[in-house]
Amino acid sequence: MNVEQARAWITAIATTVEAEAETLTRLDSAIGDGDHGANLKRGFAAVRAALEGFEAHTVGDVLTKTGATLISKVGGASGPLYGSAFRAMGKALASPDVTTEQLGDALDAGLAAIRKLGGAQPGDKTMVDAWLPAVAAYRKKGPRAAAAAAEEGAKATTELRARKGRASYLGERSIGHQDPGATSTALIFRALA
Amino acid sequence: MKKFINDPGDVVAQALRGLAAAHPELRVDPENQLVVRADAPVRGKVGIVSGGGSGHEPLHGGFVGPGMLDAACAGEVFTSPVPDAILAATRAVDGGAGVLHIVKNYTGDVLNFEMAAELAGDDDITVETVLVDDDVAVQDSTWTAGRRGTGATVIVEKVTGALAEERASLKDVAAIGRTVNERSGSFAVALTAATTPAAGRPGFDLPDDEMEVGVGIHGEPGRRRAPLAPAADVAALMVDAILEAKPATGTAIVLLNGLGGTPLLELYLLYGEVAALLESRDVRIGRSLVGNYVTSLDMAGASLTICHADDEILRLWDAWVRTPGLRRGV
Repeated sequence: MNVEQARAWITAIATTVEAEAETLTRLDSAIGDGDHGANLKRGFAAVRAALEGFEAHTVGDVLTKTGATLISKVGGASGPLYGSAFRAMGKALASPDVTTEQLGDALDAGLAAIRKLGGAQPGDKTMVDAWLPAVAAYRKKGPRAAAAAAEEGAKATTELRARKGRASYLGERSIGHQDPGATSTALIFRALA
Repeated sequence: MKKFINDPGDVVAQALRGLAAAHPELRVDPENQLVVRADAPVRGKVGIVSGGGSGHEPLHGGFVGPGMLDAACAGEVFTSPVPDAILAATRAVDGGAGVLHIVKNYTGDVLNFEMAAELAGDDDITVETVLVDDDVAVQDSTWTAGRRGTGATVIVEKVTGALAEERASLKDVAAIGRTVNERSGSFAVALTAATTPAAGRPGFDLPDDEMEVGVGIHGEPGRRRAPLAPAADVAALMVDAILEAKPATGTAIVLLNGLGGTPLLELYLLYGEVAALLESRDVRIGRSLVGNYVTSLDMAGASLTICHADDEILRLWDAWVRTPGLRRGV
């Protein structure tokens, strides 16, 4: 991945988040407070604006800028979680061109940032349930496999009982609804494929 | 959806412009979505900052003023504010005695306030945090995000604000805030869901003959659904749930809070039932407050908060305060 490809990835995320904002909000209305789609849409629109005219020398510059913008524009839980993930990825990629293996390491660093900040374990019905299988698939078979694994991970959250985030207040009633955070993570990996 | 709005994406900043117009005694920054006490920072006084998603008015911006909050950060509707805004508020109210953050226990609020407190530390501003988690409808275990912060937030803000006004230390102000939180329990019942301007439709469907029991303040559904019951039964349900989780007798501060869409007629009716029940349970109502203080947009429903108070808490609760949403002794 080079700097231009990094920009293209972020732009693709912004486009898919915009297109799927209503779906994310609908999922969030079922078990959260119904703002996930609107928040991410607002956040990535701000990222798009921030990257325009931004001089990036490394892949990391693009991702760090993305993360910082998400933290300062989104709020809620998704702002700090995705923001920290992109910043952690950015820190790990300090060159104009990065190898597939380096990007795999960076995705892992992003996952670690999300887990450290949110304290979620696999199976808690959060974005970790999509991000974790996606990183593993990326390392073995590349971006397309990662996108499929993230999608599958997101779908599998439907049967889980939420133990983190706002959905956890619902207890048993959270079962039967796909997690909005895991769903937006799947969009991020879809944009990478 | 029928609402007085111009653009669903710009509701919060426009509402803050209105707040500024109505209350020239406050300093309002619609860009950063901050409400600050006009004379901040007050030299030598602990600064008190709270904030959270918008849609809970008068919480928090309506409680900014002498005797209560020094600043409030307004996030987007039902979305916690960002660290930059919280840091800006913290800087604006630091009078050299440190700053207290009052944070309701929601994942987003906790994360953003934590980040802001770290950034404030880089500026050499000492920050203490009081986490409000009074909602007894949520199981407090490692299997959930922990109890939510709801109605007790108003009592924590009032009591810490009064103590800070007396120039108490940051440690003492934080300590009384934590004590109020530990002694408080809340429980809410909703009759309709809230409609956020961005979503444009109610957060959940609730048939005419059902109610959501143990609901939160963000329109998130409650723990369970139940058939709609008479006010006396709803009162009993709330009182039992709170006293079971926070058993105590003696003097209490009782807040019967409307969630935004319930008229005062019904709130007073419900409060009458609550008051009778508490008397029968040997809880003496020392002070009471009935009205819309921690709302959830247009949600019909009510939350009950019982704070088992001591003399010091009662004294600080009674202290003078001058804010748009609460005013006493001035």
